[in-house]
Amino acid sequence: MAQHEPTATGNGAWKPRIVAFFCNWCTYTAADLAGVSRMKYASSVRVIRLMCSGRVDPQFILEALARGADGVLIGGCHPGDCHYVEGNHKWLRRFDLLQRLLSDLGIEPERVRLEWISAAEGEKVKTVINDMVAKVTALGPLGLPGRFVQWDKELTALEHEIAEAAVAQPSVEREVAHVS
Amino acid sequence: MSAKPKVGFYWCASCGGCEEAVVDLAEDILGVVEAVEIVFWPVAMDFKKSDVEALPDQGIVATFLNGAIRTSEQEEMAHLLRRKSQFLIAYGACAHLGGIPGLANQFDREDILRWVYETGPTTVNDAKVRPQPEFTDSGRVLNLPRFHDRVRALDQVVDVDYYLPGCPPTPKLTKAAVGALLSGKLPPKGSVLAPDIALCDECPRKASKPADLSFTEFKRPHQKLLDPEKCLLAQNVVCLGPATRGGCEALCINGNMPCSGCFGGTSRVRDQGAKILSSLCANVAAKEPKDIRAALAGIPDPVGTFYRYGLARSLLRGRVNGGGTQNARS
Repeated sequence: MAQHEPTATGNGAWKPRIVAFFCNWCTYTAADLAGVSRMKYASSVRVIRLMCSGRVDPQFILEALARGADGVLIGGCHPGDCHYVEGNHKWLRRFDLLQRLLSDLGIEPERVRLEWISAAEGEKVKTVINDMVAKVTALGPLGLPGRFVQWDKELTALEHEIAEAAVAQPSVEREVAHVS
Repeated sequence: MSAKPKVGFYWCASCGGCEEAVVDLAEDILGVVEAVEIVFWPVAMDFKKSDVEALPDQGIVATFLNGAIRTSEQEEMAHLLRRKSQFLIAYGACAHLGGIPGLANQFDREDILRWVYETGPTTVNDAKVRPQPEFTDSGRVLNLPRFHDRVRALDQVVDVDYYLPGCPPTPKLTKAAVGALLSGKLPPKGSVLAPDIALCDECPRKASKPADLSFTEFKRPHQKLLDPEKCLLAQNVVCLGPATRGGCEALCINGNMPCSGCFGGTSRVRDQGAKILSSLCANVAAKEPKDIRAALAGIPDPVGTFYRYGLARSLLRGRVNGGGTQNARS
């Protein structure tokens, strides 16, 4: 379980996949601004627009990671600027404990990142994304779907044995003893 | 005689509490025994694996299997009982969600074996002997089950028809499930045989739950004298009621202890731990990062608190990387 999958980072072929949840009022608008201003940022980010960072359910982040994301970025309005007054504060509190929970489960803190980016900060979208892509690239793939398959190989092994034993009837009862 | 429907009970990685739960049917168990023929129940009756193998496939109407799957022996029995049963029922939190044994998914296999057989403070094992799957003694080969890398819920190993949640399931839910089986009035396959609504709905303290919770701190039950009438969340105690399926009739709450989540989430929840984390944190009063952190310091072990019964079946299934956790023994 501890071993990493072979990574393709060495030859530069591997690029991380980062899921970004951006709030409609600030960070998504900022990303729009970055686009309109023809700024270039890494193509590894898939942006999902939500109405508020307070809408980010911790389940979204776990699901993204479990389904193959190498990192998750959350962008919301600066504290005090939330369109819904409190939403970003709610997310900040969840983020704090979620980071602790994720680190207990072996996920590096750099993989899940929170940034406050206002509608005017197109430049910050670019810097944050590029910085995060660089950090996640350095960490290498998280590759959870592959890891789950790896874990479950210990199950398929027995299924094969059972199938073979069923073919080679009659089954021989092997004795099981407790070894001290 | 043989017209009676055949029923089996089996245990895997479990504590035995689910077996107690069957016995807790008390005199009602006589009615069950009247109506069914028990063909396999290692904890109480002398049947062997070969007796099960001798049955035709699907010859057992229903098998109630409790416990998580940790070893190759448990896995093999799960496959065997799946083949021999029309309905396979995951009985109790361990079979349903991985349960307490699932918490071991925070450590890898080597960590666990080294601790148990070498470094643990009560272990004396200078030769560092470890159980081997194959062992030869006076020319005879003996076998022990293999210890898997991961703990799994039953449905992560074989197909499961129904789930009876709880640590352990209550006699009332067990009776209802047996009744449904015998009468053939079964819900759709894959159902959890308990109400699909959060525990708060049936909590006797529901009326004292404030519309707007506001946590300034979190206390664990031993750190505070608890008011036996008032909502535990309103007393700053972590109660998993909002993120946990009801049906236990608030047993722990009635004992003045918070819900620890053994029934798992409702059908709308993908990950119980993430859901309760979301609910609790959003209602913390503090706004500054420093104050937020101080309030949340009252939850020292989020994995053990939020995934006490559900780590194996959670979205991440356990620790995905590296060795022991921050909260692990040092």
